[in-house]
Amino acid sequence: MRTKRLLAATGLMALAALLTAGPASAASTEDGDKPADAGTSFRTATEIAQGDKATASASTGDYLYWSFPADAGQRPTVEATVKLPDAASRHADTRWRIDVYDGLRRRQSCMYGMQARTAPKDASSVDLACTLRPVRAWSDPWANDPLPGTYYVRLTATGVDTADLGTPVTAEVKTTSKDIGGAAAVDGTLGSPLVPGKRVELSSTEPEDGWSSGWWTDRWVWTGIGGVLAALAGVGGYTLTSRNSPSGV
Amino acid sequence: MIIRKRFAAGLCALIAVLSMGLSPVAAYADDDPDHPGDADGATPKVELVLDVSGSMRARDIDGKSRMAAAKQAFNEVLDATPEDVDLGIRTLGANYSGDDRKTGCKDTEQLYPVGPLDRRDAKTAVATLSPTGFTPIGPALLKAAGDLKGGEGSHRIVLISDGEDTCQPLDPCEVAREISAKGIDLTIDTLGLVPNTKMRKQLSCIAEATGGTYTSIQHTDELSDRVGQLVDRAADPVVKPVAVEGADSCSAAPRLKPGLYTDREKFGEHRWYRVDVEPGQELRASVSVGADRAVNNDYGVLMRAVTKHDREIVRGSEAGDGRTDVISTGLRYPKPERDDDEETAETVCLQVSNSYSATSATAFADSKSKPGLPLELTVDIADAPDDASDVAAFGLGRGWWLLGALVLTGFVGGLLWGWLSRWRVAVWRTN
Repeated sequence: MRTKRLLAATGLMALAALLTAGPASAASTEDGDKPADAGTSFRTATEIAQGDKATASASTGDYLYWSFPADAGQRPTVEATVKLPDAASRHADTRWRIDVYDGLRRRQSCMYGMQARTAPKDASSVDLACTLRPVRAWSDPWANDPLPGTYYVRLTATGVDTADLGTPVTAEVKTTSKDIGGAAAVDGTLGSPLVPGKRVELSSTEPEDGWSSGWWTDRWVWTGIGGVLAALAGVGGYTLTSRNSPSGV
Repeated sequence: MIIRKRFAAGLCALIAVLSMGLSPVAAYADDDPDHPGDADGATPKVELVLDVSGSMRARDIDGKSRMAAAKQAFNEVLDATPEDVDLGIRTLGANYSGDDRKTGCKDTEQLYPVGPLDRRDAKTAVATLSPTGFTPIGPALLKAAGDLKGGEGSHRIVLISDGEDTCQPLDPCEVAREISAKGIDLTIDTLGLVPNTKMRKQLSCIAEATGGTYTSIQHTDELSDRVGQLVDRAADPVVKPVAVEGADSCSAAPRLKPGLYTDREKFGEHRWYRVDVEPGQELRASVSVGADRAVNNDYGVLMRAVTKHDREIVRGSEAGDGRTDVISTGLRYPKPERDDDEETAETVCLQVSNSYSATSATAFADSKSKPGLPLELTVDIADAPDDASDVAAFGLGRGWWLLGALVLTGFVGGLLWGWLSRWRVAVWRTN
């Protein structure tokens, strides 16, 4: 299977030169149907697409769950804003936190971003952010690398005074991702993305234009250009030797 | 950047056209026809449990009495209830106005039975209510759980109360845990009307015991919005888990097929399950252990996949601190394809343990005889992945160093070739 893949890929490399522009994949996420509620467990997580701004009205102390798809080569960033109730009705500081879990419910670390923040008593909102490591197409079963599939976001107050429990808040969550490209292109692919519940449909999330097949990486271009340059340099080196040869030889 | 994306998209399209049927491009399509999780005809059931105790007379919600606010909210919610939800209403403390605690604490009545909703009937029933007696939350919850019995859909109790339970020693928190341990997929959401600290504690304890939510209500519109939201949530289709009981050793463990399961696990207990994995398949398992009672703030979960001979294959573990609903982890185990024809499934044992700890010795002793912490287990079998033969994709390179190295080797190769051919020509001439 692997050899077949390689052969087909090499054939395509030759054809790649013929390609100047393919059908542009319009990545529009402009539709008016934004999720306005959140789930309260992994099982009931509200599915959102990348780029969508999901909102939910909730109570302080609720555990809010959303899920979104992330594909290989992307570096997702989750941003959340919690609008807090009036300062007058609050009693103490509250600590808010987002956690991101992969399709196997393994917690994923954040490279950057304030993942947890304490909201002072008089603050009107809290901003949280978490940038995951780049999603890789494959990793060892023993590793905890982010893999293509469903990602869960959990937003909650981890430190809350009893007197503040249950007060109304509104939460906003948005996920975006940066294209990391070939730098994170690893060898191998998963049999299928880590979307939980293949049989029982726990999650049906999918990127807008489907999961990537794992064929494309800009390493093809780098290596191709490298080959061409090497050939040119070879010709250059050869002509250099013949030009330097003394006439008459 | 855009050009590159277009280029990539073009190449992908070309791949799709060229290698149809020859490459595993469409390998992600799930062509499994049967989805046993589809809940056909499973109607979600919701019961609203309303406190009609004497204290509901207090006029402190938007200048109206708590009872008036609750009635108004109920009317709005009844109007907005989705068609496919079976809704019932139960009251507590609505009938007995005497002083006898024993009788007062049995005072709970089903005002409107759980079933397809007749809005007019339900509204008429709500209109007759007037604040009367005690607050028997525990007994009302037990009865409400009985009302919701049966059916394949999700079950939800929405408890609206304005005072803490006045019928000790039956702890409503404990009752909620028992109910949740008996019935599968039952959630209790609680709403406190103008609550004090003690009430908040009790109502949020009830909610946390079942994975529900707690809300404090100060205004009428908050009440109707929240109850409406909870009823809508009940209408969302969810996959119902299957109850399973893990064993204390691998040899006695239940054999699991792909799916979603629930179990209970006490403090410090180990639970074992078995899954058959064939060569060329990947086992994916994840587990969440919930904190449905007061636990210390440092905790963890461990799931190990071991062979029948007790060799550990892979493990998933996670630890946490602070307030939480669940702690979860997962693992995957790809079993490589074998070259010989013997395609025998391997039995993989999954061991789940948790390191939650009880807040006191009595709580720990209590938990020995009571149901354990809720545990949710998902098991998936997928195709095993391609093994990576190199770190980089297809063994390709990238970056300026690569280009430099290639140019240099190309140049040196050209030079050598040139010199070699010159030397050969010279040798040929002299001969």
